[in-house]
Amino acid sequence: MFLINCPYCGERDQSEFISGGEAHIARPKQPTELNDDQWAEYLFMRKNIKGVQFERWNHAHGCRKWFNVARDTSNDKIEKVYKMGEQPPKL
Amino acid sequence: MKNKYSIFSLIKNALSNHENWQRAWGDPEPKKEYDAVIVGGGGHGLATAYYLAKKHKLTNIAVVEKGWIGGGNTGRNTTIIRSNYLWDASAGLYDHALKIWEGLSQELNYNVMFSQRGVMNLAHNLQDVRDLKRRTHANRLNGIDAVWLETDEVKKFCPIINTSQDIRYPVLGGTLQKRAGTARHDAVAWGYARGADEMGVDIIQNCEVKGIKRNGDSVEGLETTKGFIKTKKIGVVAAGHSSVIANMAGLKLPLESKPLQALVSEPVKPIIDTVVMSNAVHAYVSQSDKGELVIGAGTDSYVSYTQKGSFNIVEETLKAILELYPIFSRMKMLRQWGGIVDICPDASPIISKTSIKGLYFNCGWGTGGFKATPGSGDLFAHTIANDEPHKLNAAFNINRFVSGDLVDEHGAAAVAH
Repeated sequence: MFLINCPYCGERDQSEFISGGEAHIARPKQPTELNDDQWAEYLFMRKNIKGVQFERWNHAHGCRKWFNVARDTSNDKIEKVYKMGEQPPKL
Repeated sequence: MKNKYSIFSLIKNALSNHENWQRAWGDPEPKKEYDAVIVGGGGHGLATAYYLAKKHKLTNIAVVEKGWIGGGNTGRNTTIIRSNYLWDASAGLYDHALKIWEGLSQELNYNVMFSQRGVMNLAHNLQDVRDLKRRTHANRLNGIDAVWLETDEVKKFCPIINTSQDIRYPVLGGTLQKRAGTARHDAVAWGYARGADEMGVDIIQNCEVKGIKRNGDSVEGLETTKGFIKTKKIGVVAAGHSSVIANMAGLKLPLESKPLQALVSEPVKPIIDTVVMSNAVHAYVSQSDKGELVIGAGTDSYVSYTQKGSFNIVEETLKAILELYPIFSRMKMLRQWGGIVDICPDASPIISKTSIKGLYFNCGWGTGGFKATPGSGDLFAHTIANDEPHKLNAAFNINRFVSGDLVDEHGAAAVAH
C-alpha cells in the first residue's frame, strides 16, 4: 500500500497501477541465435531483489502509460520515478 | 529421549500445574561442522531435517532459522490441504503429501489436528465448469478422490452458500475432494521440530545466513550471524527469501516474491464445516477450531518483502465473500497479515539440485505450499541424501525452465497470480 508519482498524472494510489516486473530486460536482438539457457535467462530468471529494484509500472487506471520506478522492496519506499528509455539512476 | 505425549502424560502434568513438561526441542549453539545444513526453519525445512534423520540416517545436521521456527509462511497460511491438481506430476507430488498427512499425528506423536473436512472448489462461469470437470477427471485417473457437484449438491454440502442464479457470479457447480481439509499449521512445525530434535538434529533459531562460501563448483559452508558453519550440503527452504539466498551463491532463480494476505474474523459458533474455495471471484474460507473464519486473499502484483500487502486486495476478497455468504455481512475481522510467497512462472515448486554441487533448493511453492509440507520434506530429504531426485519430484527440477517442460498449475493453484 503506497503512492506512486506517475510522471504524467502525478501522485496516485498504487491500486491504480499494474506492476510490469523487473525493468531493463532487453528483448534479444537476434532471437534465432539464442540457445535454451539464454532463452531461460531472458524469459524466466529474475533478480527478485530485496532492496532497491528497478521496475516497470503501468498507470492502468489513469493515463495507461508505462514508466520505470526504482523501489526498495524491503519497505516499498520509492526512490525515483523515470521514463521509459531512460537509464536507471545511480543510487 | 522424549517423553511420549498421551492422555496419561496430560493427566500427570495437570497434577503438577503443567510446570514440568519436558522441553520439546533444544536451543543449541551451532557446531563447527555438519554433514548437511537446512536453511529455513519453517514446516518444509523442519520436515526435510526430520526425514533426513529418520529415513536417511543423517543425524549430524542442523536447521538454521533467522527468526523463530514456524514464524514465516508456516504460521501465516490458511492451512488448506488438498491434492486435486491437474497434471500427473503434481498429482503425484501433492497426493504423496496428503497420504503422509493422514498418519502424521501418529507418526510424530504430536497432534497436528488434521481434519479431513473436504475442500470444495466453485465454478462461476462456463469455462470454470469445463476446467473443473476436466480436473476432476484427471484427478480420478490419478487415483485422487474428486467429484463434480451440481449447484443443488453444492448447496446441500454447504448450506450457507448463496446459490441464487441472480448474483453477479452465480455458482454453477463445484468440485469436492473429501480427503482434503485443514491442519493446525504451528503444530506441524513444532511436531517436526520435536521429532527432528529427538534424533539429534540441531535446531538453531535467531541465526541468519549472511553468505554461502563456495570452492569452485561446490559449497564449503555458510556465513551466519552465529559464525561460520562448515558443510558440504546446503538445502535451502527459505520461501520468499529464496532468491536472496540464491544471490549469495551467485545463482538466479525464476522466482518473484510477493505479499499474500489472509485474515481471520472474530470467533463464532460452528457455521461452516468444510473449506470452500473460489478461484474466479477469489474468495476462500474455512473455520478454525477456535471459531474464527479463516479467509485467504490474493497476492499483490508487485515484488515486495514487507509482509503487509495492499488494502484493495483484502477489500476485493471480502466483497466476494459477502456475495457468496450474505450471512457473514456483520462479521468483524480481527486480524490481517501478509506472508511473502515465492512464485514460479508455472505456479509449481522447485525441489532440485543446482549447478553448484551440494547446493539444493526447495522453493517456488507460491501461494500453496502448506499442503505439501510432509511430502516436500520427504522428497527434498531424498534429493539431498542421494544427490538425485526421487521419481515424484524429478519433474520439479530447476532445469525445466531451460528445457521448457513446465508443469503449469495456474488453474489448480486457486490463487490468481
